[in-house]
Amino acid sequence: MTKQDPQTMPRSAVTEKIELGLAKRHRRENIFRAFGLTAVIFGFILVFFLLFDITSKALPAFHQHWVKVDVNYSEKSLRYAAGDNLADLSYRNTLRKSIYETFPEVKARRDKRQLNGLFSSNAEFAIKEHLIANPDHLGTTQPVWVRVDDDVDVYLKEVEKLGEPLVRIDQKEAQWIKTLVDNGAIEKRFNIEFFTSSDSREPELAGVRGALTGTFLTMIVTLVLSFPLGVAAAVYLEEFAPKNRWTDMIEVNINNLAAVPSIIFGLLGLAVIINLFGMPRSAPLVGGIVLTLMTLPTIIIASRASIKAVPPSIREAAMGLGASRVQTTFSHVLPMAMPGILTGTIIGMAQALGETAPLLMIGMVAFIVDVPSSFTDASTVMPVQIFLWADSPERGFLAKTSAAILVLLGFLFLMNASAAYLRRRFESK
Amino acid sequence: MTTTHLAFAVIIIALFSYWLGIKRAITVAGGEQHTRQLVSLPSQYGLLTAFWCGLPAILFLLIWSAIEASIVDSLLIQQVMLTLDTTAQQNMSLLVNNIKILAEKVQLNEDVSAATALQLQHAAYYTELNTKATWLKTLLTLVIAVGCVAVLLTKIKQSFHARNNLEKIVSGLLFTCSGIALLTTIGIVMSVLFESIAFFSKVPVTEFLFGTQWSPQIAMRADQVGGSGAFGAIPLFVGTILISTIAMCLAIPVGLMIAIYLSQYASPRLRSVAKPMLEILAGVPTVVYGFFAALTVAPLIRDFGILVDLPIVAESALAAGLVMGVMIIPFVSSLSEDALTAVPAALKEGSIGMGATHSETIRKVLFPAAIPGIVGAILLAVSRAIGETMIVVMAAGLAANLTFNPIESVTTVTVQIVSLLKGDQEFDSAKTLAAFALGLMLFITTLALNIAALKIVRKYREQYD
Repeated sequence: MTKQDPQTMPRSAVTEKIELGLAKRHRRENIFRAFGLTAVIFGFILVFFLLFDITSKALPAFHQHWVKVDVNYSEKSLRYAAGDNLADLSYRNTLRKSIYETFPEVKARRDKRQLNGLFSSNAEFAIKEHLIANPDHLGTTQPVWVRVDDDVDVYLKEVEKLGEPLVRIDQKEAQWIKTLVDNGAIEKRFNIEFFTSSDSREPELAGVRGALTGTFLTMIVTLVLSFPLGVAAAVYLEEFAPKNRWTDMIEVNINNLAAVPSIIFGLLGLAVIINLFGMPRSAPLVGGIVLTLMTLPTIIIASRASIKAVPPSIREAAMGLGASRVQTTFSHVLPMAMPGILTGTIIGMAQALGETAPLLMIGMVAFIVDVPSSFTDASTVMPVQIFLWADSPERGFLAKTSAAILVLLGFLFLMNASAAYLRRRFESK
Repeated sequence: MTTTHLAFAVIIIALFSYWLGIKRAITVAGGEQHTRQLVSLPSQYGLLTAFWCGLPAILFLLIWSAIEASIVDSLLIQQVMLTLDTTAQQNMSLLVNNIKILAEKVQLNEDVSAATALQLQHAAYYTELNTKATWLKTLLTLVIAVGCVAVLLTKIKQSFHARNNLEKIVSGLLFTCSGIALLTTIGIVMSVLFESIAFFSKVPVTEFLFGTQWSPQIAMRADQVGGSGAFGAIPLFVGTILISTIAMCLAIPVGLMIAIYLSQYASPRLRSVAKPMLEILAGVPTVVYGFFAALTVAPLIRDFGILVDLPIVAESALAAGLVMGVMIIPFVSSLSEDALTAVPAALKEGSIGMGATHSETIRKVLFPAAIPGIVGAILLAVSRAIGETMIVVMAAGLAANLTFNPIESVTTVTVQIVSLLKGDQEFDSAKTLAAFALGLMLFITTLALNIAALKIVRKYREQYD
């Protein structure tokens, strides 16, 4: 038999019809595919745009401009008399006089006030600390580096980038700043204070230490409560619970709780934990309890899945050797399920770390300067700090907010990466 | 001793009693060599003793801490009542508060010369009550801890089934933990329900549900003329629906197409890059999206508006809605992908074998088969959009405009809850209670959506399994 050439085969009407439509169908196929690819690319663009936008806004916050003032520690301007305590002298006066000496041409009162505004409100404390540290400088003129005001700081950073003046700095001020820069009296330094100081109304002084400590305390409470509770609940539901209405109800409940909006948990915290039990407002303890209730469903669901994945042969072998149910669970099933449970816990904690809304309800939005030192101190957390700064009108806070976001994203990335690492190790077993 | 110190003390006693229990068991058995005489392992006797010691004491401590403050307060109020005439009793909570502050000042040796003798006497009484309560708490906790250990130690005999007793306690504990989820739900329902009932006794339900005026700020001062405020929630519901609709208009098509492309077309390499990309989108905290919406997207949209000569307000619903849509994309795509991959391969292979193109198979076979799962995913996404708070708090407005125009400023239920409850507030004003009524609406809506979604998904699963 010879093979028939398909080209010369007789065609039916149906085949003809199909072939006619083929080009159109293929075109449609390609369009559909292109749509899908576009959606995926759109996703990538979004991620890059988001990260790029925040990073580029955050970078200025890691540097701060300092200005050198030749401080004349004269006894007259300090209003110093022999025997006075160095901490109680008139440093504001001294600072102003020293500034005016640098710019002798400034005479008008309004101009002088404007000139003072170029320096951080913290400058008088800086020159005070300098004198207390070096008491022998009394009566001499010393160069002291102080922070510039936030508007000046933003201006200096933007000028580098844009080369054009900003609204908040007028021509006169720009001229003064130029003089300072030309004299080498302005220096850009790494802003370590961003990590070591707490919140402040002045953007040039504000840092994240208070919020980081608050986050740390809140996360400790959340972890200490949610991990044992979540694992215990999962163990009960997987290993001990009889199949009845009660356990069915709990199961439906957990699934629903996982999808309840987080702000509702804040309402619960406000009405029950603060108003009914009388726990302190704004405290990491209350924040931790609220976040525990919120993350419990996540941890329970992940732990149950992990416990379910332990092969039944392990349980049968342990029980066959005379172990009780409790012994089997705690010595054999749980250790094997642990990587999965830990992964779930880390994911739950990452959720809790980024959560803001319920904490607003329980008063963790207060403006707090002190670094919290216990679980009942008033404090704030990173996401809430971001929210507070984002709301501030000062331009200097824009960079601070973005930098705080970067810090938060950094922590989240670490947590998720460790969860992914655990999962991979677990899967390879 | 403070409660924390006491809890530590109890834990130390419990550790000690673990050792005591083991010792006692060995003694009862007649020495180290004869532990086989015991029904259970020595360590099980130890653990049981430790649980017996710790659990009742900690439980007592918890209950005591919960009720101590209110008992002390009521005793103090009784005392104050005795010495004051009735006119002064109306501001009782204020009085009690002042006494507490005074007592604290006395303890810190601060200046109290402004206080009257009577106030000082009350403050001293309050301090005394507190001291007594602390002493009583410490004493009772320790007695309970030690007493329970003593009782159990006398019970330990060779035939005492420590393991069975221990396991009963352990499973009881596990059972209690599993009940926490239920308690949370009950707590949520109770808290929003009771406050809402209190609210509806001040503002009629019909006004709340069907009123078109929302201006709770008026109600801040009770003595103000017309100080009842307006609590018509329709503008909030409309605003919530508008922003969620914008979000879903972005999230559903993009999320679905990503799910389809990744599950049907993408090479493993693209998948291995695209999955983490989606995880990043899903893992970014909502406060970051809020910042992005308020400071990047909203100005962009406004500039675009100026370009095409369209006045777009800074806090437009569009900015908040679009960014919320971005937040929801990974949610829609991962759930829809699950639904698509759950469709049996035979359906797909059959269709392709009949000569359908890939996209025809997806559109006419896979998609209809996966539709229940996808609808479930969309419902869950809608419930998330409705409950989302930070994006709208930061990027949407506060003024309750009744409009469907996406370039105007609207407010949502969650924005209002936050603005009503943020900061200090008196707890019985209609303004504060309104937040709980809104919370109740939010809870009911999202719960209904979740239950519907779970039902649809479950029903669908049964079809193919």
